[in-house]
Amino acid sequence: MSLLQVQNLRVEFPTRRGTLVALDDVSFEIAPGEVLGVVGESGAGKSMTGAAIIGLLEPPGRIAGGQVRLEGRRIDNLPYEELRRIRGRQIGAIFQDPLTTLNPLYTVGDQLAETMTTHLPIGPAEAKKRAVEWLELVGIPAAAQRVDSYPHEFSGGMRQRVVIALALCAEPKLVVADEPTTALDVSIQAQVIALLKNLAREKGTAMMLVTHDMGVIAETADRVAVMYAGRIIEIGAVREVVKNAAHPYSAGLMGSIPPISHRVERLQAIEGAMPRLSAIPPGCPYNPRCPFVFDRCRVERPELMPAKANRAACWLYAPEEAQRLQESGLA
Amino acid sequence: MFSFIVSRLLQALPVMLVVSFISFAMFAYVGDPVAIMLGQDFTEAQRQALVRELGLDKPFFVQFMTFLGNAIQGEFGLSYRLSRPVAELIAERAPATLELALCAAVIAMAVGVPMGVYTGLYRNSWLSRFFLTFSLIGVSLPTFLIGILLILVFSVWLGWLPSFGRGDVVRLGWWSTGLLTWSGLKALILPAITLGLFQLTLIMRLVRSEMMEVLRTDYIKFARARGLPNRAVHFGHALKNTLVPVITIAGLQLGAIIAFAIVTETVFQWPGMGLLFIQSVGAADIPVMAAYLMMIAAVFVSINLIVDLLYYAVDPRLRIGRGRGH
Amino acid sequence: MKAFFDSDLWWSFTRSPVTMLSALVAFICIAGAVLAPVLAPHNPFDLASLQLMDAFKPPVWSGEGDATYPLGTDDQGRDMLSAIMYGARVSLLVGFCAVIFSTTLGVVLGLLAGYLGGRTDAVLMRIADIQLTFPSILVALLVDGVVRAALPREVHDQIALFVVIFAIGISNWPQFARTVRGSTLVERNKEYVQAARVIGLSPLSIMRSHVLPNVMSPVLVIATLNLGFAILAEATLSFLGVGVPPTQPSLGTLIRIGNDFLFSGEWWITIFPGVALIVMVLSVNLLGDWLRDALNPKLR
Repeated sequence: MSLLQVQNLRVEFPTRRGTLVALDDVSFEIAPGEVLGVVGESGAGKSMTGAAIIGLLEPPGRIAGGQVRLEGRRIDNLPYEELRRIRGRQIGAIFQDPLTTLNPLYTVGDQLAETMTTHLPIGPAEAKKRAVEWLELVGIPAAAQRVDSYPHEFSGGMRQRVVIALALCAEPKLVVADEPTTALDVSIQAQVIALLKNLAREKGTAMMLVTHDMGVIAETADRVAVMYAGRIIEIGAVREVVKNAAHPYSAGLMGSIPPISHRVERLQAIEGAMPRLSAIPPGCPYNPRCPFVFDRCRVERPELMPAKANRAACWLYAPEEAQRLQESGLA
Repeated sequence: MFSFIVSRLLQALPVMLVVSFISFAMFAYVGDPVAIMLGQDFTEAQRQALVRELGLDKPFFVQFMTFLGNAIQGEFGLSYRLSRPVAELIAERAPATLELALCAAVIAMAVGVPMGVYTGLYRNSWLSRFFLTFSLIGVSLPTFLIGILLILVFSVWLGWLPSFGRGDVVRLGWWSTGLLTWSGLKALILPAITLGLFQLTLIMRLVRSEMMEVLRTDYIKFARARGLPNRAVHFGHALKNTLVPVITIAGLQLGAIIAFAIVTETVFQWPGMGLLFIQSVGAADIPVMAAYLMMIAAVFVSINLIVDLLYYAVDPRLRIGRGRGH
Repeated sequence: MKAFFDSDLWWSFTRSPVTMLSALVAFICIAGAVLAPVLAPHNPFDLASLQLMDAFKPPVWSGEGDATYPLGTDDQGRDMLSAIMYGARVSLLVGFCAVIFSTTLGVVLGLLAGYLGGRTDAVLMRIADIQLTFPSILVALLVDGVVRAALPREVHDQIALFVVIFAIGISNWPQFARTVRGSTLVERNKEYVQAARVIGLSPLSIMRSHVLPNVMSPVLVIATLNLGFAILAEATLSFLGVGVPPTQPSLGTLIRIGNDFLFSGEWWITIFPGVALIVMVLSVNLLGDWLRDALNPKLR
């Protein structure tokens, strides 16, 4: 059975000029121990999906439809207090910017111990001991001394290690990592990703890894979901999506990974820009930018359907269209 | 830690010097102290003697140093109006003002902070709206009018509380306290509320806006994401981070409370330093005014020092520590 | 004029009922005060018309009231409504003059500090810092007390009004000076000001035509918010008995007089001037708040 099930999730933001649909019909699953990468441009809804799962959408945003299930139990409609017990204990979270994620007024040891005593049946002394162990585990040198240091006494990379320890210390089954390396120096991004990947594997923790860095995805994820304008437009095994994307948008996105093996003159760019949430076109949201667009794309919205080795929301892969296109010699 | 205190004291020195200079200038040049002290009839010899006694024939700088030296020892001469040593007058009045100011500050903090936290957390509840309207009126109401309204309602109409004076006081050494008698406590209620109300609304608004700001920060979101209980998030994490600005303003407001005590003491005929000061302003009693000014400056400087020390205790980033400090 | 009605300012004004109401109230207060000699039913300073028989008349709706004195009379038989209108006149006069004084002083010193920099800047800002350490009401009281001590009594009574204006004005300049200095520092380093300097415009004309216009809107906001403060400060000083002379009673003076009769039951002598003061200050403060938000949302 899958660990996390998201079904037809819809998130709305009521505004003065009408309701914005930030996430529309988002469905996916994560198996125990699996790493799901979520990619897309800024504003595609990647981080929003993570926030909706842990029940921390910024007001006035709210879940307007669909379900989130953790080990089969519905969690999107739980009262605040019950969901709180799940946060940290069952679903950990890692935020983007380690410089602002830690409370400046408490030592890292106190913050770790506080998280553990909240969720685990242990006393303060045991929590303190485990805090040191966790700092060692995430690779902080001289952990026994550093446990009493304040966040400002650590570098950015070290702070993100502390954040990782905080997210994992109550041993959750799933971690939602929201762009965990974006704010870090390029030189330490790889180290932090490797740490996260190894720890998750060691502890058997599943992970939802939100990023716009395709390199990170290719290296870390088991499966990948591509988001566009608040929808998942393609999902599949990471190798298939990267090497052989089905959706024209994913294909364009993957084309923008600079191949390290050989030099290229120009990176491939996708023409145009993602529509604003207030102006998502009818039909397929990608249709104004899509080189393969045809009439149906502008009218009818495609669902995820089998496409190549993945599942993609694109009419090119509807059996009846495939046949028609073949006949007209277009495809 | 020690060098921190010393550097802060050194920074306070110019302020104290400027203030003592102003006091001295008032003392030496405003009006003619000799004429005032001698009264109507005097001989030239008497005048010369007094001038020499007061050191007014000495060069300016020497006079200033003498003034400073005396001031440090608490010597400010005789009040023109009451012909008694100024230091004695102030020592006599100080306990009344300090008790009043302290009670007002406690009221302002004890009520203002929780109201600020509440309105910051539950921005749209009707109680928050009520508190905010109340605070807007509080800011626009002058202190003396609040006092008059309270007297009208609680003394004149209801007859519950006394409208003037300190009630019975108990002497503890040189300190006279109204906190130990029933009538003293009753007499304290209205003046303390009057004095504290403005600061209360100010602290409430400050805590509210700081809370709202802090609640938007990543570390609060992360604290929630770690599944900490609301109580820990709101009070342990959010409130503690609002403390630095709140301490600053509250410290400065303690100074303002002492200044506004002048008004409150006038309304309630409270026998404190403020009443003494305002009577001195009316009578152009320069020695008392100068001494009061110096004393207020000393109080302000001490408050600033205490505020700095509290920062130091609250915010680890200010401590000069290991590793990467800011 | 048309440009004004097309502006964002006017638009935001028409969008806020509270603001429109406070503007209306402020207008009524100012009109009532300025036109007091024309509008007031009685002249409270005309000693000949005062009848001691009419003293302590309660407001008209209390039953024993007299229709000629709608808000009652004070201990000398003066009509409260007229006294309030004349009193508001004094309060507003002092308030406006004090704000104009501190604005001028603060803007000039702020421009100087920001434009000249160096030692001028350091000295001026240090003075401002020290003065800001003390509550401005205390500064005003001290200035008033010193002037009182320095001048003979008769001279002081004659110029008491100016002394109060000076005392309140001087207690408030640092706020203006700091804001103007800050904006001046920003403007001074902008390219067009640099360019003006290069083509040899004099510092004075650069400040007047380039720097000043850019600092006007924060100054306007602070001035409006300060008007409420200045009116309150005047009322406080007069209430304490060290403000305007008794021959020209302001609202604060009226409240002080009425305070003596609080216990004998003549509450209206003190409450009505108090209400007038609150309404005036509240409407000015609300206007100031709106102006601040409308002109510059970033200004806190």
